[in-house]
Amino acid sequence: MVERVVTGAHYGLRDWLAQRITAVIMAVYTVIVLVVLINGVPISYAVWTDLFAQGWMRVATLLFAASLAWHAWVGMRDILMDYVKPAGVRLALEVAVLLVIAGTLGWTVQILWR
Amino acid sequence: MANATTRRPRPKYLSLPALLFEIRLPLPGWVSILHRISGLMLFLAIVWMLYLLDRSLASEDGFEAVRRYAGLLPVKLSLLVLIWAFCHHFFAGIRYLFLDLDKGVDLPTARLTSWAVLAASLALTAWLGAKLW
Repeated sequence: MVERVVTGAHYGLRDWLAQRITAVIMAVYTVIVLVVLINGVPISYAVWTDLFAQGWMRVATLLFAASLAWHAWVGMRDILMDYVKPAGVRLALEVAVLLVIAGTLGWTVQILWR
Repeated sequence: MANATTRRPRPKYLSLPALLFEIRLPLPGWVSILHRISGLMLFLAIVWMLYLLDRSLASEDGFEAVRRYAGLLPVKLSLLVLIWAFCHHFFAGIRYLFLDLDKGVDLPTARLTSWAVLAASLALTAWLGAKLW
């Protein structure tokens, strides 16, 4: 097995690693939120807003959103690299993906700290 | 000197009928391509999901509107497909994390965990669907 450093030139290892770390973060968040929602009382508007009013939930959701942003970028870039061959079209689509990701990240912050 | 006529004929495996009926994607391959397709679906759904989260938290009217909206048949079916996509991406992703650690790499185990991923994601989708509606 070849020893490689994670930092430094772009070997792709950093993205590979980020894909997995962000996946674990999102998986943990999913399990926690699912358990909270399943075990709780029926979800009314009050229950729903109370959940998102708590500090830990806001921060955890922000961590989820940040992980999703990075994870989705790596995944979408992989898909575009595999199927979209013309460089110009691919670049345009990659920019579009990045704009959507950046926009939704900002929107998420706005929703969480309204 | 090699003569072209002495070469063995190349098999025509990449004809359309061959692709459709002869070459079968192995089970772990199905998990893999579904992982990619579900990931694409989840990305495309981000804006829609965020819009629903926004409205549901904005006001009580918005919350009730989202609840009614989620009850419409096409919306319900779309949400079920997205729930399946999330579940499949979740379980297949966990499988890949173990494969990265060289766990479950041999063929019998890889096939078994592939079945497990497909079954678990369908079962969890059904359970969440029953729970939500």
